[in-house]
Amino acid sequence: MDALIEKLKGQIIEQLNLAEVKPEEINPDSPLFGEGLGLDSIDALELIVLLEKHYGIKIEDPKDGKTIFQSVRTMAEYIKSQGKS
Amino acid sequence: MKHITSYAHIKHRRLTANGSLIFDGSSSGSLPEFLTDAYRAQGMSYPKYHKMDTLCKLGMLCMEAAVKESGMLTEYPLDKIAIVLANAASSMDTDRVHQASISDKAAYFPSPAVFVYTLPNIVIGEIAIKYKITGENAFFVSECFDAGLLLNYLEALFHGETQAAVCGWVEADGDAAEAFIFLVEKSNKSSNFKPLNQEAITELYNQ
Amino acid sequence: MVFTSYSNIISPLGFTSQENYQAIRAGKTGVQNMVLPFSKEPFCVASIGEAEFEKQISKVRGASAHTRLEALSILSIGDVLAQSGIDPADRRTLLIYSTTKGNIDILEGRYPSIPSERAYLPAFAKHLQDYFKFAHTPVVVSNACISGLLAVIIAKRFIEQGTYDNVIVCGGDILSEFTISGFKSFNAMSAEPSRPFDANRTGINLGEAVATLLVTNKKELSAPYHTEIVSGASANDANHISGPSRTGEGLLQALQNTLKDQSTEDVGFISAHGTATPFNDEMESIAFERAGLSGIPLNSLKGYYGHTLGAAGVLETALSLEAMKHQELVRSEGYAAKGVSGNIRVIESHQPKSYSAFIKTASGFGGCNAAALFRRTINHIDR
Repeated sequence: MDALIEKLKGQIIEQLNLAEVKPEEINPDSPLFGEGLGLDSIDALELIVLLEKHYGIKIEDPKDGKTIFQSVRTMAEYIKSQGKS
Repeated sequence: MKHITSYAHIKHRRLTANGSLIFDGSSSGSLPEFLTDAYRAQGMSYPKYHKMDTLCKLGMLCMEAAVKESGMLTEYPLDKIAIVLANAASSMDTDRVHQASISDKAAYFPSPAVFVYTLPNIVIGEIAIKYKITGENAFFVSECFDAGLLLNYLEALFHGETQAAVCGWVEADGDAAEAFIFLVEKSNKSSNFKPLNQEAITELYNQ
Repeated sequence: MVFTSYSNIISPLGFTSQENYQAIRAGKTGVQNMVLPFSKEPFCVASIGEAEFEKQISKVRGASAHTRLEALSILSIGDVLAQSGIDPADRRTLLIYSTTKGNIDILEGRYPSIPSERAYLPAFAKHLQDYFKFAHTPVVVSNACISGLLAVIIAKRFIEQGTYDNVIVCGGDILSEFTISGFKSFNAMSAEPSRPFDANRTGINLGEAVATLLVTNKKELSAPYHTEIVSGASANDANHISGPSRTGEGLLQALQNTLKDQSTEDVGFISAHGTATPFNDEMESIAFERAGLSGIPLNSLKGYYGHTLGAAGVLETALSLEAMKHQELVRSEGYAAKGVSGNIRVIESHQPKSYSAFIKTASGFGGCNAAALFRRTINHIDR
């Protein structure tokens, strides 16, 4: 799980062009949206693209993203639950 | 009497404001490196910048340089400031990126963060957001810099609600990257600035 | 005074403004589920049928030398030139072209015999200039979804300034894999015909259209609609590049600047932008309420045409001019139950009504908004 979390951090930084953020600055349990990384609605859609591109997971209803993208850990858990890590 | 009160250029990977050099990246590096280095050289702290496409980055860098030496944003109501920009390639630079993301059916990953930049006026939106400017907007596309068109439209805007304007040319097309932003103010103060006319705009553009 | 003059609309519902208006009056819509050349899955779009397209472009000189958008634009501009008798070579006449993507299908490699440079908007515009021999290089406006309405406002401003007497405003965008895939990645596309302002709206349909409107200072050319462009304005939300302001800031400002010193007592309806995305329609309803326009009936024409991007503002202005000429209100297609929090009155059926003005609005990516007020210059009713 920890390895997947580290990998995800790198992928999030790359996909969302978070050039001024270092992986160690992302707390895997902190909320991805709201304060913190300053992500917005486009970033939420980009995370869907990330899951499809890197893990072959298609999220058909973006509303599901709300729970999946709560934190890096919930993302990692979701990927595991899909048997795609 | 309207005056051009400040201006900035990006040309040949050099960023200048009112004729003074701010950052010179002409001797080394790629365009993306220049865009990052010039951002740092200006001491900007705006993480959203890194999400932008080349066109928007050029516009933001030039706007920051031009506005830094100007009191426009505090002297005029932000809803009376217009943004009028133009270029030749529209959003072609990013259009190609989006097209590439859909040309291979086996690797078909259109990205919303790319697609949103396939409109040239997004650079107006980015400037509006950063500096909280809410006045008139227009993006024109012409074969080359058209001082007459911009002047005509500025004159028309100043007949209405507009009291100041961000105006210029922002072009990104592959390696070709160029920007020129000038600020125009309608004020009755006596001023050492250049009066707004076609010769002045052309002269500054060619600097 | 600056007047609206002759118009043309080319869409799935017809090749003239009159045909389009009659089709809408007859309850037709241009939106349907169809499989497009580049995709196996069906999309709900408003597409100009191939058979009708072929038949119409056979009228265009050198048809194979033009892209789809060029051919449609030539037909549309040509119709307005023929109706008005305006000479494009006249130095007092200008063409303004409004588009978001122009010849974007050139990037898809659709036209092996057409130079790829024409994917650039200035080359596209030059092609139209050369075809009609316009005296001036056309002015191209590319300002997302407000392009069309903004182009009409710009035309008025240039005429008032004395630079031109006649401005032909043409707006056009085609259906392409480029835009469809992009809006799909935004999860903004509805799988069904769109339902602007409705409680069950799920997003936009894309549509293709070209529309042309002559704007002039010559009273004798105002005969088609006897209507003046009273005022217009644009404004930016300064909020987000793809999401509209939650409080309708920019649209409110555009409306306030447009309606400054203007009575709205004779305004029969608002032709709203109404894309049928959850956030856009909600934002518009709030802006209309805040602008004090809750009592004025309102429609969106996106249920008939889909979102035609750069064409939308010109098309919807021309169609609204037809509605005012007939002294009728046009039903907001797709609407059944109010699904926005702002207090608005959506038009639920076609109906006759006496009125002498309408408001047109538009909003788009980049936080841009525009509004304009159109008013009749005579009082007699030619129903």
